[in-house]
Amino acid sequence: MTGPMVEARGVRKYYGSLQVLRGIDLDVAEGEVMCLVGPSGSGKSTFLRCINHLERLDGGTLRVRGRLVGFEERKGKLYEMREREIASQRLDIGMVFQRFNLFPHMTALQNVMEAPVQVRREKTAAARKRALDLLERVGLADKCGAYPGMLSGGQQQRVAIARALAMEPKLMLFDEPTSALDPELVGEVLDVMRQLAESGMTMVVVTHEMGFAREVGDSMVFMDQGVVVESGSPKDVLSNPQHARTQAFLSKVL
Amino acid sequence: MTGNADIVAVPVRHYGRWVGAAVVIALLVVLVYGFSQGNIDYGTTWQYFTADTIVSGMWNTLLISLLAQALGVGLGVVAAVMRTSKNPVTSAVAWFYIWFFRGTPVLVQLLVWYNLSLVFPTIGLPGIASWDTNSLMTPFLAALLGLGINEGAYMAEIVRAGIGSVDHGQTEAAHALGLSPTKTMRRIVLPQAMRVIIPPTGNEFINMLKTSSLAYAVQFDELLLSAVGIYSSNLMVIELLFTVSLWYLVLTSVFSVGQYYLERRFSRGTSRATRSRGLLGQVAANLRLGRTR
Repeated sequence: MTGPMVEARGVRKYYGSLQVLRGIDLDVAEGEVMCLVGPSGSGKSTFLRCINHLERLDGGTLRVRGRLVGFEERKGKLYEMREREIASQRLDIGMVFQRFNLFPHMTALQNVMEAPVQVRREKTAAARKRALDLLERVGLADKCGAYPGMLSGGQQQRVAIARALAMEPKLMLFDEPTSALDPELVGEVLDVMRQLAESGMTMVVVTHEMGFAREVGDSMVFMDQGVVVESGSPKDVLSNPQHARTQAFLSKVL
Repeated sequence: MTGNADIVAVPVRHYGRWVGAAVVIALLVVLVYGFSQGNIDYGTTWQYFTADTIVSGMWNTLLISLLAQALGVGLGVVAAVMRTSKNPVTSAVAWFYIWFFRGTPVLVQLLVWYNLSLVFPTIGLPGIASWDTNSLMTPFLAALLGLGINEGAYMAEIVRAGIGSVDHGQTEAAHALGLSPTKTMRRIVLPQAMRVIIPPTGNEFINMLKTSSLAYAVQFDELLLSAVGIYSSNLMVIELLFTVSLWYLVLTSVFSVGQYYLERRFSRGTSRATRSRGLLGQVAANLRLGRTR
């Protein structure tokens, strides 16, 4: 594949009269791990949710693997996609949420098997085997029969990562994956994410974990008030921030 | 009191509960005595309890209630999903259905179904087949349509509340995995909504058992009509009404137990507390007087 995995040009988003994204330009290359940081309300989660069309953008263009997200261009005109087309577009994109959002009425194994069986129509036995492999990969092979309510936050988030990986996505989105966790559980989730990065997965991670960003991230983007203030390699941004707003933010979180 | 010794203390005494129990029992005695001395022949009430007509009426009541409730649940789910649809036509149709059938008396609805021939003398596809409405619209069918369609309007609101109770993050997670809106509703949202939907549905069904007595107006042979048939000849009106009331009590009691187990089934994975106490334990806990809970 040529060209970037994600290509954003002038992405804008409004909630009523409030403009939360004021023209975001950025590229994520294949295999890149990009960390989005910034104060709350800066629009970083909103931007992440635009990438798989959980939020509809109001301006600019956003392409994943060269295809417009949520819209189709025919003869210079934009057409909104039907729900079914959007659903099929999302198959390449996995997402992990701050509050896990596991399905509480299903066991860990059923959570991981759900999409392969229901969406890709995989055979139950094959899906089950792959789901067990994935749970083992995140270190939870022994928890496959547990309901989410019986798991710790860190375990739930690892199941959620396995669930997203079950669809074999080309791109993984992480929306503050460790923000809802007790401090001692953060490490186990970051470990799984580190392994995933090492395996070559393209990842966009909204996070406050600067240590993770420095160690695992290939690039870092600092956002504030709906714009990209500064971007570059994590080391440069973290140790030598150019912009006053970046400096002010980092002095509070580091 | 130091160290590891278990606490030995006099529990709080609830003298008020004993006084309350005594008052309630006294009132009950007065009431029961009063009724027993009244001009009511309880022998007749008992005698007809197992009479063939009454028992067959009871089965018909049970049958029509189950079928009408099933129809109501089906319509309710469909109407609730339509109501939450983004499509304004679908949503408006569901709104109108709920507004109209909740807003008019079910007795009138029953009678309109039964007398549908006033509006449509024949039913069928023009030029292909056609039936005489009067012979098609049996008391059973009129009762089923009248009760079921009316119930659907109430169930729709219950199901809608259930759908609304499911965290929006669930829908987002399902969408992010590529599940279509239909699959998301069927596999993810509705099963979780069940936990909220079932208790009021049990309530609706118990209501339905008794509301189905209105079907006597369309000559459906349910429990009440079977009593009417008997007391209009022997004039033991209250006695026979007591007989059928006893049956209604039996039916509602049986289904209350069923509801308990159904609720437990659907709270799976969400709550750990419900597993601890069996049904009898629950009853015992409610009856326990002296202890604090």
